[in-house]
Amino acid sequence: MSVRGTWSQIAAVTSLNLQTLPSRWQTAMVTVVGIAGVVLVVVGVFSIAAGLRATLELSGADDVAFILRGGSSDEMQSGLGPDSVRVVGDAPGVARDAAGPLVSAELFVSVDLRSKSTGAMATVPMRGVGAQAPKLRGNFKLVSGRYLTRGTNEIVVGAGARGQFEGLEVGRSLRLGTSTWTIVGVFSDAGSVAESELWSDASVLQGAFNRGNSYQSIRVRLESPAAFRPFKDSLTSDPRVNLRILTEREYLEFLSGSLRTIVRVVGFTIALLMGLGAVFGALNTMYSAVASRTREIATLRALGFGGAAVTISVLIEALLLGLIGALVGGAFAYLAFNGLQTSTLNFTSFTQVTFAFRVTGALLGGAILYALALAFAGGLLPGIKAARMPVTAGLREL
Amino acid sequence: MTALRLLPLIWANLRRRPLRTLFTFLSIAVAFMLFGLLQALRSGFFGGAELAGVDRAITMHKMSIIQQLPRSYAERVKAVPAIKATNYQSWFGGWYRNERTQLSTLATDQNTFFEVYPEFRIADEQKRAWLADRTAVIAGKDVAARFGWKVGDRIPLQQSIPYKQNGNTWEVTIAGIFEEQSNNGNIFMRHDYLSEGSRWARDRIGWIVSRLENPDDLPRVTAAIDALFANSSIETKSSSEKTWVGDFAKQVGNIGAILSAVAAAVFFTMLLVIANTMAQSVRERTSELGVMKTLGFSNGAVTRMVLAEALLLTLAGGLLGLGLAFVVVGGMRAALSTWLPLIALDRGSAAMAIALMVVLGLAAGVLPALRAMRLKVVDALRGA
Repeated sequence: MSVRGTWSQIAAVTSLNLQTLPSRWQTAMVTVVGIAGVVLVVVGVFSIAAGLRATLELSGADDVAFILRGGSSDEMQSGLGPDSVRVVGDAPGVARDAAGPLVSAELFVSVDLRSKSTGAMATVPMRGVGAQAPKLRGNFKLVSGRYLTRGTNEIVVGAGARGQFEGLEVGRSLRLGTSTWTIVGVFSDAGSVAESELWSDASVLQGAFNRGNSYQSIRVRLESPAAFRPFKDSLTSDPRVNLRILTEREYLEFLSGSLRTIVRVVGFTIALLMGLGAVFGALNTMYSAVASRTREIATLRALGFGGAAVTISVLIEALLLGLIGALVGGAFAYLAFNGLQTSTLNFTSFTQVTFAFRVTGALLGGAILYALALAFAGGLLPGIKAARMPVTAGLREL
Repeated sequence: MTALRLLPLIWANLRRRPLRTLFTFLSIAVAFMLFGLLQALRSGFFGGAELAGVDRAITMHKMSIIQQLPRSYAERVKAVPAIKATNYQSWFGGWYRNERTQLSTLATDQNTFFEVYPEFRIADEQKRAWLADRTAVIAGKDVAARFGWKVGDRIPLQQSIPYKQNGNTWEVTIAGIFEEQSNNGNIFMRHDYLSEGSRWARDRIGWIVSRLENPDDLPRVTAAIDALFANSSIETKSSSEKTWVGDFAKQVGNIGAILSAVAAAVFFTMLLVIANTMAQSVRERTSELGVMKTLGFSNGAVTRMVLAEALLLTLAGGLLGLGLAFVVVGGMRAALSTWLPLIALDRGSAAMAIALMVVLGLAAGVLPALRAMRLKVVDALRGA
């Protein structure tokens, strides 16, 4: 049989199948709804992972160095004196502007605020920053109000924190510990992790939290990503300091590690289980589709249509139903989840991180491919069964 | 005629299209397995508040749990009337073998620990061994099982807070293995070992736990504790253990709620789809039901047969799914005991699942059954 012949046979059988589809809509719905459900949930879970990734990893720069005390794994366990800050500022490769080296020595504490969504207290990160801090964040922008004045009890809050926790409106006062703070502005940073934070002047925060003149981390803007290696080497060999030096990207990847693992494990488990359920649904649909057309298929076979054409036409129908389900589920997921702002506990830093669910093109594409694979699995056996059916028995049916 | 005597007929109906029955059965199993896993996760996250001691209060730094309190605060809290005993703790964490196997280790005052937590089950000689050796720890049965620890083992715990003698390694001895539902994933070390080993932790504690004579005093006592330290440089925030544990779980935020809402929506959609498939399989047999009536089967018998068939399928599939969920949760328990010690499929969830199976079976069976009951023999036979 010529290739062209096979193709026209497939087209003929498929169009016959699809014409009878409306009369079988109820069984077809099983496949469509089953697959739409899988896509909805899978896209939902993985859009959390994508949102966390965008916030925690992609916002880390390669030309910003992040410095902790040697041997500490995160900011909370780190402690650095003013001498270390001076040594770091003088290291080779540090970018400068009119105000001096682009270095910000920072303090990381946390405060309890009430979450708007759960109504419970949540641990929110608060950061004491140096004068150059805004220049060390790639996309720092004031959204409302003004920037804090150094040496005062003024706070600027990240847009994410502002949306998720109570009492962070510009002009409000906040009592944290023994001091009262005034919120003077809200900032954004292209959705980075900084938007989860409250910022104050580092020296004021040191006093309020009894931290003497110590810091916990230093951020340094380098002249270029290539300057990182010599910068690190020079500080590592400097006997005056004992530091752990990473790029900002490396640190943020570490910070998001455990959270991402949890979301992934949960995501894959749910995807697998629900996928299994959807395959059973699709198998049911396609077996009953084949059964309801036993006579037509047998007639076609008697007329000389090939078994492959019949199998492929069943697969095409299954894939089509799967595609419809995937598009419906994907559209629902996009409308329901994309851009949804929320916050969760980052287990590594033990503070809240605010982020938005992100339904990316790659995620939708992956989910649609998965849905098609499920539909294929659901159509294959019924398709083969249809092709193997003895013609005479089929004609006698009904 | 009873449903029992109809069993051979029901069985024959189920075998009529064996593949459809099989796939429907498996879909039901998957749906209920998903349900079981979600319920287990939920009790893992939120079950703590239900098990929290009703007679305990927790006092922490007013700003956040990460800020520490002076150790002298514990003595001052103990003097508050209506408090029976006071214990203090600090977070130690740490890891075993490599950074990926994080531990949930707490440092605590061993002398007051069992006065505040009488529900811990541990042998008396193991208790005494813990009190006698500063480097001794007691470990929960889940974490001990996970790493194969036995009483007497010497274990190196790693911590980024350096121990003054051995760098990042803290050597501890397993003095005992205890059982307590919410704490089976935890390890308790002695606070004096932590204070001695690290300059960082000297005279600083994480939080204070007080046990009251009478749970009714909780609001009064928590207010009295906070009043002690009001307007000092380090103020405190006290709450009942129940509130504290609940708030802690809520730190995860509404992500859990969003996802369980979606999963619930999908679960119910799956049930609808399954119900539809099952209902359709009855509709296909309309003419057969007519024949049965012609042969003298009563309306009631036909209805019962249709309903029993649906219930049999949903219960069999659902119980299989629930059983699978039970096995999977059991397997995950050890791995998750550090963070979610309470992950388990409890009786309430199982009962709810069985109720849902019955509802599903009835929903799938009742419409076709009613139709079968009202069916006029003539119409049914004409349909063939």
